[in-house]
Amino acid sequence: MNLTLYVWRQKDAKDKGYMEKFDAKDISPDMSFLEMLDVVNEELESQGKDPIAFDSDCREGICGMCSLNINGVAHGPERATAACQLHMRHFKDGDTIYIEPWRARAFPVVKDLIVDRSAFDRIIEAGGYISVGTGGAPDANAIPISKDDAETAFDAAACIGCGACVAACKNASAMLFVAAKVSHLVNLPQGKVEAKRRVVNMVAQMDKEGFGNCTNYYECQAACPKEISVKFIAQMNREYLRSLRYKDK
Amino acid sequence: MQDVNAAPTTASMPARLLNRSIGKKLLMSLSGLVLLGYVVGHLIGNLQIFVGQNALNAYAVFLRSIGAWLWIIRAFLLGMLIIHVWFAVKLYFENRSARPIRYKRKVYQEATLSSRTMIWTGIGVFLFVVYHLLHFTFIVTNPQYSHLEDALGRHDVYSMVILGFQNYLISAVYLVSIAIVSYHLVHAAKSMFQTWGLNDTNFEKILRPATVIFAWLILLGYIAIPIAVLAGIVKLPEGVI
Ligand code: HEM
Ligand code: SF4
Ligand code: FES
Repeated sequence: MNLTLYVWRQKDAKDKGYMEKFDAKDISPDMSFLEMLDVVNEELESQGKDPIAFDSDCREGICGMCSLNINGVAHGPERATAACQLHMRHFKDGDTIYIEPWRARAFPVVKDLIVDRSAFDRIIEAGGYISVGTGGAPDANAIPISKDDAETAFDAAACIGCGACVAACKNASAMLFVAAKVSHLVNLPQGKVEAKRRVVNMVAQMDKEGFGNCTNYYECQAACPKEISVKFIAQMNREYLRSLRYKDK
Repeated sequence: MQDVNAAPTTASMPARLLNRSIGKKLLMSLSGLVLLGYVVGHLIGNLQIFVGQNALNAYAVFLRSIGAWLWIIRAFLLGMLIIHVWFAVKLYFENRSARPIRYKRKVYQEATLSSRTMIWTGIGVFLFVVYHLLHFTFIVTNPQYSHLEDALGRHDVYSMVILGFQNYLISAVYLVSIAIVSYHLVHAAKSMFQTWGLNDTNFEKILRPATVIFAWLILLGYIAIPIAVLAGIVKLPEGVI
């Protein structure tokens, strides 16, 4: 199949950037979206041109590196699918595809379609952990955890930190990501100990990074490749409310 | 630029409400809830126009009879409105600046139109509140009906309302404004539960239709008044004008 691409090009963080048109020829419907871009890039390189820069690593939907806004939707038209697992069979011959980077003040563009997501790392550093003395691995069932709690925590822990929730949100809010991390830990006994300090500090860091505020649009959960539910945002709001009077000792 | 690497300071409780995104939303939501309570209460009061002139005018006398309390309640509501509008505008600008460069293509999948237009319906509500107060509370816009009295010598609110709504233009302004208020409520009434952490996946399935029905009830309840006046169902008593 043949496609027309409009791709965001930007030399570096300071460049203004523009949309560039490309023709993607002889694309197999079995290719993934990223493989399609690889084909375009090979062609560009053979002509001595600068290939399109984009992020990827695992290409199997688990690392959270791929980050493409495809035809106005973060990770493209398929629900619960990261861009690396989106296949070209979901497009038609002759389609026009717009490809843009995640857009958020807190995610500055590094080059073309690559954005700097270290804001997420700093949010994790602010509280997305539990403090334990390391040593010999504890016995797996030493702390009893109910099946329901384990399932809920695991649903939240499925977040791969890709940032599609921020990209999709009209306000560029990081609430779904932060909520996933807060809920993942607070639903487990090990995470309850530092629950209050965690939510207060993670939310503080989230605001500091310049993400927007949540208006409860739910656009994040629609874009999330791991189908993280907005019920976790409700849980984080609850945790925040509980922590209003918390004091750091 | 803020130093994003600095360790977050654990702020005090007021700062956690006033300066943090979730705190600001809680204040917005709390003030919205009070206003929502007012919208419902005001409707129940107003519907007494269908009971008759005596009921409505007696209700107006009752409201004035509570004296200082009426002013305390009014000041409280005004305070809530100010908080609500202040944070609405603040959040709007913060949210815009969180995405300085817009997408060339953007398709919404789940965000409803009512949620995406909250600031605009909100501004519509605000303008309406100003007009409405000038019209019926401070009686600035149509002073010609302000000094009517009923047979018992009470301020004749009943006739004032009817004379107001007999004007097609005034009725049209109210119809449109009430529709805007109701549209604001479609998202507001649902969003509140999420902000307070009272939502989950199953509850959401009931909440969505429930808030749409609620917004319709508010809409129909309020517009019933101008419509009944224009249709001649609610009539002026003998002897007024
Ligand atoms: C009758 C008057 C009003 C009522 C009952 C009302 C009610 C509410 C409620 C309950 C919310 C939901 C808060 C949440 O998400 O938790 C809300 C949100 C909102 N209201 Fe109002 N409101 C009123 C007037 C206004 C006015 C005058 C404005 C002025 C600009 C406004 C602007 C907004 C905005 C922008 C939001 C969304 C905030 C966000 O989540 O980003 N509202 N309103
Ligand atoms: S919540 Fe979903 S969309 Fe957001 S970072 Fe995690 S996996 Fe990506
Ligand atoms: S490249 Fe790892 S999730 Fe897409």
